[in-house]
Amino acid sequence: MAEREVTWGPRGSHTLIGKEVSRIDGVEKASGAAKYTNDMNQPGTLFARLLTCTHAKAKVTRLNVDKAKAIAGVHTVYLFKDIGENAECNYDGELVAAVAAETADIAEDGVRAIEVAYEVLPHVVDEQDLEAARAAKRLKYDDDGKEVPLVDRTVGDPDKAIADADVVHTGYYGIHTISHMCLEPHGAHCTWDESGDGPKLTARHSTQAVSTTGPQFASQFGLDASDVRVICNYIGGGFGSKFAADIWGWAAAQMSKDTGRPVRLMLDRATELKTPGTRPSGFANVTVAATKDGKITAWKSHHWGTNGPQGGTIDGNQMPYVFDPPNKHVVSQGIATDCGPNRAWRAPNHPQLCAITDTALTDLAAKLNMSPVDLYKANLDQLDDTAKENSKLYAAELDRAAELMEWEKKWHAHGKGGNGPVKRGLGVALHRWGGQSVKCSSEVRIFADGGAQASIGSQDLGTGTRTVIAMVLAETCGLPLEKVKARLGSNEYVYGNPSGGSITVGSVTGATRRAALEATGILFDKVAEKYKVDAKTLSLGDEAVWSDKKKVCSWKDACRLIGPEPITATGPSPVADGLTSKLVGGVQMADVSVDTETGVIRINRMVAVQDCGLVINEKTAKSQVYGGLIMGIAYATNEERIMDNNSGRYINADMETYKLPRIGDIGELIVEFYQPDSEYNRGVVGLGEPPVISTGAAIANAVANATGVRVPVLPMTPKRVLDALAQA
Amino acid sequence: MAKKRVVTTTINGDTHEFLCQPRQTLLETLRDVLGLTGTKEGCSNGNCGACTVHLNGRPVDSCLVLGVEVEGAEIRTIEGVACGSHLDEVQEAFLEGAALQCGICTPGFIMQTESLLDENPNPTEDEIRFYLAGNLCRCTGYDKIVRSVQCAAEKRQTANVGDH
Ligand code: FES
Ligand code: FES
Repeated sequence: MAEREVTWGPRGSHTLIGKEVSRIDGVEKASGAAKYTNDMNQPGTLFARLLTCTHAKAKVTRLNVDKAKAIAGVHTVYLFKDIGENAECNYDGELVAAVAAETADIAEDGVRAIEVAYEVLPHVVDEQDLEAARAAKRLKYDDDGKEVPLVDRTVGDPDKAIADADVVHTGYYGIHTISHMCLEPHGAHCTWDESGDGPKLTARHSTQAVSTTGPQFASQFGLDASDVRVICNYIGGGFGSKFAADIWGWAAAQMSKDTGRPVRLMLDRATELKTPGTRPSGFANVTVAATKDGKITAWKSHHWGTNGPQGGTIDGNQMPYVFDPPNKHVVSQGIATDCGPNRAWRAPNHPQLCAITDTALTDLAAKLNMSPVDLYKANLDQLDDTAKENSKLYAAELDRAAELMEWEKKWHAHGKGGNGPVKRGLGVALHRWGGQSVKCSSEVRIFADGGAQASIGSQDLGTGTRTVIAMVLAETCGLPLEKVKARLGSNEYVYGNPSGGSITVGSVTGATRRAALEATGILFDKVAEKYKVDAKTLSLGDEAVWSDKKKVCSWKDACRLIGPEPITATGPSPVADGLTSKLVGGVQMADVSVDTETGVIRINRMVAVQDCGLVINEKTAKSQVYGGLIMGIAYATNEERIMDNNSGRYINADMETYKLPRIGDIGELIVEFYQPDSEYNRGVVGLGEPPVISTGAAIANAVANATGVRVPVLPMTPKRVLDALAQA
Repeated sequence: MAKKRVVTTTINGDTHEFLCQPRQTLLETLRDVLGLTGTKEGCSNGNCGACTVHLNGRPVDSCLVLGVEVEGAEIRTIEGVACGSHLDEVQEAFLEGAALQCGICTPGFIMQTESLLDENPNPTEDEIRFYLAGNLCRCTGYDKIVRSVQCAAEKRQTANVGDH
């Protein structure tokens, strides 16, 4: 076979790669034709509604579903809890039962008809009050019952370094729990089919993991993995929370099995906020010391928080974030609360680590009378092991972000944000992320009629996965984008990785590139034989095959040589072949106005300078950064899970009071990729997560710069801003 | 249980007669009775705008309207905007302008934008932000939506000038 070199080819040689390309599924999405899980309503579909626990901690003492079952139109009731061993509910919103009926309203009648009673148990939902958690015995203990931290790590001699330092800053910082708030809730539409015509179970599942949820359904029902088909062509957000088959997916499957009808079970909005995961909180006392030139010499922090019943918090092993002073002492403690459990949330741990580290560093800079940009630059030679390689890149990105922000022109000293009630200020923060591609295959087929398709058991979360697969295939075959097909969204295709950790773009494009190179290599052999040319000289472009710039034949003519069996090549998982790599940096800056009379923060401008290696599609890549910024603005200013200490309940679990930014709340967003040749040359690196990391810290720092007052805890709601100003 | 009612209405120019429960929302009726699932459900209580349709020419959250209320009314849903796969200016602008990502908020934004441009063909940026404030998006960062609405307005105006 004609070997084709596995590279992306020289920069600038592409017709598609690196360009701004509109997503190929945009017509379906803009016209309403795209079918999401919640849109599945095949004939006979039953609709499910949920009964959830209304207490933070309780035992189910009575659960009678007879009346529900007796309602005309109710077909089945599924129990997540019972009054035996499985009676305990551990948070408000935990699933108790599901009712499937002819219509959603009848299912709701069924839920109301369930007789349920609880023995209410004492609860703890306060994630900020460490002393209260200690009194309630909700921390971690060793076998002798002695309180032990999750992490207690010392490097060097931080106490001595602090004593010797020119400047020492001590502060309190924190960041609250938030939910994922996918606009399409979690759920599944399941069809059980015993006819033997196909797989027994078809789960149209709202999932970030088309290829890996099938086995989870299979093992629950004692099926072979090959007997479960998982389909997800469109998904309305996941953000890290949709990797599993989940108990509600199993419930939908079981109810379909029981009734012989398809069943659609989507979480209602309140349950969506309470149950399928949250991002853990963290609150920290920090001491950070430096020389008068701004070189950080020591870091000490003690942080605590919750990730729900498991009793975790944000990862103490990565504190402080990005910067790695020679002396440090980090302690972390988790509070086991009776709140909903956590799940990966876009860049797990990083936004919180950044919101604690970069805020303390900006306050240190203020104490040194230094710009935080200069403080960062003074410390680029002491970065943690993961960020180390990025030190030059950070310097360049800081400079570029400063230009886009007009930092030099706008910068003023801490607290000098104007004399009127509205103060204006600047903030900066930076981040790192991995984004390395993982095991994933792509199957490319080229047909005798000239058609070409790539298929992967992957999913497109709106990130543009479908589009980048098609772009790589089209580029490699020398075809226009509309002449190739990219198929994903089914586990019947070759294995695709779950989409989390910003690993997908490298994985799918690397595998597709390799498969397409192999398939076109086979095609070259056929062309070489027929047209008596040397296969090694062949290339593709403009819908034709070329030999040393001379056209040999059209793509169509070449494909006519294929015959009835299409050329099929499967691209193996990306390997260390230069197509992909890992590790990104990224710098963000915020320009905000703070109304000191109302406490309202306005974002005037956000700048994000992001690297991510070789950019396949500049348009969808930029969209990822915009999306990261808005989620960052959300958790910085308003978004928060509010637990009521008295009732133990999640009291803002709806779209009215769980505050997300609206279109009028967002100022100007400037997004730029840092992409010198060195970035192109290192291949593709994932991007979904990094842009959400440093937004919160950058905005918090801008507020501090504007007002001269640190609003210590995110989100900086108007009340927290006013409280901080009043206490200053 | 209350008896089902027969409702006759015009949807995207076609007359439809359907049965619905008095308590079923227009959203549920469109999606699960008539199979018009382009209209999305985000919250079911008027807070996200994903379910926006036009009722007698005005944008409404269809989750806040009952199916029986639309007797004799004219309804336009997202399915009535494109002509086959030929998108209109607003849809085209959203697609080209990367104003959609996961896409689940998109039908609502497009329907709201259609109303805006019907009422005010040349809106300022503030007017756009004000008019679309009821629509929630978790993915795009909104910036691209504002730009796309501006672009759609321009395109439509140019097309209209061309018509005369
Ligand atoms: S579903 Fe109607 S406004 Fe959210
Ligand atoms: S594009 Fe996903 S919610 Fe708007």
